[in-house]
Amino acid sequence: MLLNIKNLHVEIAGKQILKGLNLGINKGEVHAIMGPNGTGKSTLAAAITGRDGYEITEGEIWYKDINILDKSPDERANMGIFLSFQYPVEIPGVSMTNFMRTALNAKREFNGLPPIAAGEFLKLMEEKKKLVEIHSKLTNRSVNEGFSGGEKKRNEIFQMAMLEPAMAILDETDSGLDIDALRVVANGVNQLRTTENAFLVITHYQRLLDYIVPDFVHVLFDGRIIKTGGKNLALELEAKGYEWIKEQHLV
Amino acid sequence: MDETSNNDNIIEQVTTSEYKYGFFTDIETDFAPVGLNEDIIRFISAKKEEPEWMLEFRLKAFRHWQTLEEPNWAHLNYPKINYQDIIYYAAPKKKKQLASLDEVDPELLDTFNKLGISLEEQKMLSGVAVDAVIDSVSVKTTFQDTLAKHGIIFCSFSEAVRNHPDLVRKYMGMVVPYTDNFFAALNSAVFSDGSFCYIPEGVRCPLELSTYFRINAANTGQFERTLIVADKGSYVSYLEGCTAPQRDENQLHAAIVEIIAMDHAEVKYSTVQNWYPGDKEGQGGVYNFVTKRGLCKGVSSKISWTQVETGSAITWKYPSCILQGDNSIGEFYSVAVTNNFQQADTGTKMVHIGKNTRSTIVSKGISAGRSNNSYRGLVRILPRATNARNFSQCDSLLLGDKCGAHTFPYIEAKNETSIIEHEATTSKISEDQLFYCRQRGIDTEKAIGLIVNGYAKEVLNKLPMEFAVEAQKLLAITLEGSVG
Ligand SMILES: Nc1ncnc2c1ncn2[C@@H]1O[C@H](COP(=O)(O)OP(=O)(O)O)[C@@H](O)[C@H]1O
Ligand SMILES: [Mg+2]
Repeated sequence: MLLNIKNLHVEIAGKQILKGLNLGINKGEVHAIMGPNGTGKSTLAAAITGRDGYEITEGEIWYKDINILDKSPDERANMGIFLSFQYPVEIPGVSMTNFMRTALNAKREFNGLPPIAAGEFLKLMEEKKKLVEIHSKLTNRSVNEGFSGGEKKRNEIFQMAMLEPAMAILDETDSGLDIDALRVVANGVNQLRTTENAFLVITHYQRLLDYIVPDFVHVLFDGRIIKTGGKNLALELEAKGYEWIKEQHLV
Repeated sequence: MDETSNNDNIIEQVTTSEYKYGFFTDIETDFAPVGLNEDIIRFISAKKEEPEWMLEFRLKAFRHWQTLEEPNWAHLNYPKINYQDIIYYAAPKKKKQLASLDEVDPELLDTFNKLGISLEEQKMLSGVAVDAVIDSVSVKTTFQDTLAKHGIIFCSFSEAVRNHPDLVRKYMGMVVPYTDNFFAALNSAVFSDGSFCYIPEGVRCPLELSTYFRINAANTGQFERTLIVADKGSYVSYLEGCTAPQRDENQLHAAIVEIIAMDHAEVKYSTVQNWYPGDKEGQGGVYNFVTKRGLCKGVSSKISWTQVETGSAITWKYPSCILQGDNSIGEFYSVAVTNNFQQADTGTKMVHIGKNTRSTIVSKGISAGRSNNSYRGLVRILPRATNARNFSQCDSLLLGDKCGAHTFPYIEAKNETSIIEHEATTSKISEDQLFYCRQRGIDTEKAIGLIVNGYAKEVLNKLPMEFAVEAQKLLAITLEGSVG
């Protein structure tokens, strides 16, 4: 199993958010997590990527058969875990090119490789930009500075393409995207899918799942996964809302 | 673990770093006796085989200095300096004039190598002429020939006193008279050496002129003096870089830099200063009290100061411009980083005398650890300066919550047509930015380096290329910590 989350309990500032979450993801799979606002979807992403302030009070997270709870966020990233942020942050004065080269070289160093040659790096950038139809100008600007909502999300997928993670988590990458941008993003993701990597797609809406077809759909509610199904579950949720599952769950 | 304490933890770790350039070169030194009196000044002057007028200048300055009190208005805290406890002259024993690098003391070369600024390297770096100053005596000047072809004079101050006495007598003290302030008077009395630069009329200096200063021998104050004169329509870019080895005692440094720009002349003066800042407990470190001032004497002349200040235990430094010529321009771009127990009180003065004079001030302060970082700026518009303009932007970035940032902008406008704009911001390095970087595999130290360099970019962009790279590394090193 690529990612195996067992009985995960997470607190933020003393408040319990995740209350015993179990989730297993194999290579080659796409999992979707759906659920109402504020149920802990982003909290799950933060816990997997090791963000400060998200305290794991119980449970384990295994990645490539390693318990990663004592690994730093940068170690986890370099091991191949990537998060496409719900709210990508701006870093004034730091060019995308410089940022990306620093990130890529950090990963290479982690894997015992020498820094990438400048020419090779620029070629790689060009290639990956095409994948998400990013304009050349965007990578000359500072990280996310002055980017529109859609540009920020594309930029996240661009970074994912550059870093080629084994486990990619997409936190509401579809929110705020018009249908064209959505297609571009989904297209990028689909091209990056291999039998060796896996995706965890956090979303509110069924429509993204029309483009990125999941193998499993999970419903997160009140800190736990309360229902798991195939791609049809998403359609059902779209049609009926969450209430019926909540009711089932509470019974 | 609650979020804030954890963040503080990270920031604390990265901000408790040690100085990377702490080593000591054992060169046999020729010392003056400890203390300061007229005999010491005569000793210095004699050692340097100076003409009588130079000795007279020193003695006048010394007599004036004795009437002065050390200033205490800056936002700085340090024990009283005992000026009788300092050695005012130290020279490497080699006396011989050196014709090539091969003749330079190998240990000296090694010191430069450790700093990553070896003369060999510098020589090969196309377009950089280096005048290396170690402990008061200029050891080696390169690229003299290229410069001579253009009629440019670039030499040690002592050489200038010997070979170009008319120029030195005409301009020395024109911008910073010995009566200017306590430290200027002290420097004028005891200055050891420094650089002299003259660009003749209409000449664009084809090289970036560069001087590296180091303080090396124990207990020796260093009193450099730099004089740059850009004649009509000329241009020069001058770089100054400093590194001092680790020392336990505080070392006093009181330099003077004077710049004079004639009609349509332009001088860019860039500094990267990383003297020993003291250790994590605040022991040791350089006291840096510098008087830097440029005079835009001619019409449409321009002087730009760009500084990256990462070192010294105490920094007291206000590179200033006197905008005398009509349409002249003064600029000040500064990044000052303080960490651990460092204190910096730095800024600029822009004095608008001529009509249509313009000045720009961009100051970026970065404080970490328990350090204190103050910006102090004065914009003075005199009655004759119609249509004068100033734009000032002072930003402060805080890492952690034990450090301080202070801004003291003073404005004195005596002409109603002037326009003065001032912007100031204070921000903290954000946890979101740090995590974003770390999620991309960039560790905390590198992430802070990246974010801080981004914050300071507007200023770093003003530096010549080679220096910008060095400055970026320095910013990262200064904030680098002991994160495992
Ligand atoms: N930094 C924080 N401090 C306190 N509470 C938080 C913080 N971040 C999130 N929460 C709370 O945790 C819960 C889950 O949030 P989140 O994981 O962002 O939900 P989702 O992504 O499913 O919308 C919400 O009730 C939210 O208010
Ligand atoms: Mg969320």
